Amino acid sequence: MSIVTDPARPVAVPEASGTAPRRRKRGTFGFNSLSPTEKVVRYVLLVFVLLITIGPFLWQLSTSLKGSGEDIYTRIPRLLPSQPTLSHYGEVADTIPVWDYMRNSLQVAVLVVGGNIIGSSLAGFALSRLQFKFRRIVLGLFLATLVLPGEVTIISQYVTVRELGLANTLFGVALPGMIGALNVLLMYNAFRSLPVEVDQAAIVDGANVWQRFVHIGLPSVRGTLSVVAIFAFIGAWDDFLWPLIVLTDPDKYTLTVGLQYLSGTFSNDPRLIAAGTMIAFIPIVIVFATLQRFFFKGVEEGAVKG
Amino acid sequence: MRYHRWFTPWVLVIPALTWLLVFNLWPSINTVILSFTNAKPIGGGTFVGLKNFEALLHDEQLRWALLNSVIYMVVCLPFLTILPLLLAVLVEKKLPGITFFRTAFYTPVVASAVVVALIWQWILDDRGLVNGLAEKLGVISGPLPFLSDQWLLLFSAISLTIWKGLGYYMIIYLAALGNVGRELHEAAAVDGASTYRRFVHITIPGVRGTMILISILISVSALRVFSELFILSGGKGGPGGRDNSVVMLIQQYSQGFEGNLGYASALSIVLFFVTVVPMLLLARMNRKAADA
Repeated sequence: MSIVTDPARPVAVPEASGTAPRRRKRGTFGFNSLSPTEKVVRYVLLVFVLLITIGPFLWQLSTSLKGSGEDIYTRIPRLLPSQPTLSHYGEVADTIPVWDYMRNSLQVAVLVVGGNIIGSSLAGFALSRLQFKFRRIVLGLFLATLVLPGEVTIISQYVTVRELGLANTLFGVALPGMIGALNVLLMYNAFRSLPVEVDQAAIVDGANVWQRFVHIGLPSVRGTLSVVAIFAFIGAWDDFLWPLIVLTDPDKYTLTVGLQYLSGTFSNDPRLIAAGTMIAFIPIVIVFATLQRFFFKGVEEGAVKG
Repeated sequence: MRYHRWFTPWVLVIPALTWLLVFNLWPSINTVILSFTNAKPIGGGTFVGLKNFEALLHDEQLRWALLNSVIYMVVCLPFLTILPLLLAVLVEKKLPGITFFRTAFYTPVVASAVVVALIWQWILDDRGLVNGLAEKLGVISGPLPFLSDQWLLLFSAISLTIWKGLGYYMIIYLAALGNVGRELHEAAAVDGASTYRRFVHITIPGVRGTMILISILISVSALRVFSELFILSGGKGGPGGRDNSVVMLIQQYSQGFEGNLGYASALSIVLFFVTVVPMLLLARMNRKAADA
């Protein structure tokens, strides 16, 4: 795994002032600027892809807002509801305890995010900045587990959780994912990019391990740490298979399992299902939209790389 | 020379290492042990020798699941290696509003597979958007059974997986594109190379390593598919259970009075070997390509 450094980003490169305008005068364009035609083509393509990726969500949102009297099966699809209503959102809550499910999902997600931030940054720091016996072996163990798809061990993980007395509990759902091996490696990679000299200077100044971790290590890996947190949250919120296996009591379902329950048991009205999916979808979109600049910054730092 | 006590690093590593041992390494070993038993979801179980593995050989649903997995992988591979690269090239240039497009393209990745599968279920419904539009345009006379025909259901789930994966692999390519030498592109542009030629001769070789990494990720995740097929088939695995994936079978055996964790573990071992094969093949390809 390497750090993605991109000195070639347009923003970072000072414009070579002399040449670019001269080229433009001759009718050719500098590498960074696009001809008006190319710009139009690019925007047309961007909007086309936008329709494909966002369209289904808008359609679902529209369905969830359409009144019960409105024909949703019409052959001429209407995106804007003619009798907009929020009543189906209330109906979902009458059919399944959807707000409890949301609280359950949130509980699991908070545990998973907290565990990963603490556990993986501590371990990542030790593995990259401190010398100790068996360091390489420990690192190798973390690497080795990446080869194993989680589904392969999901049954025996369930057995472990059951033996801890945590079957059918939300804590049991959160527990195994609270420190992910991949996150430890991501943090290891992030801490490693810090120059050793900084550490040495701090040691000379008498800083202990904890002070170096808090005041030197952590501030320099905020980008990766936020990617770890964002992914941990999304992963926990979206997870379906694991809570489906662990939870048997409908009162304890997380949102994804609850939605499946809703669609399987009461799947008469598409508007109702649509409202349910929106209840699960909107929070995660808000979380992601708010944090996306950290995410894309983290990507540029190289946090998203297998 | 060390500047800390010998146990300090261990104090920091112990939590993560404990998780690794308890929730990764031990379950790996335990899966093998369980596969020789008839353990039940509620507990208990005795040693049954190779009985589970013999049963695997006669399991017709498993044969369908393996076939579905292979089809899934073979169809997903070309689409998900090429389309996200084109997307990454499209969003690479910092045009006004590009952050909005990048974020929007990533939205299907952020949404739960359950959510998007339920959305697609409604779109592909007999009376849903796709059938309605197609009938309106006169392409078909009756609704296509996207969700009840064995093959249409499989291909609907595959399309869903491709759609959901576009943004994910786009971002990985985007990170890699930052490393492709801009000087090369500029030199080629000055020499009059077309956009297409620059894409084929500079961009693709420049992201070759990423492409192989992505192929591995696509193959492994195609073989592990669960939520898409589970939701689209209403949890039933299609007509006669012929639209199951291996993970769906594992899930089925993990629950209820009929559940059999021993057999589910044997299925897990099958899943392990199924996912390791493409990983090894593609890693080998990578090494060969690097040598050449």
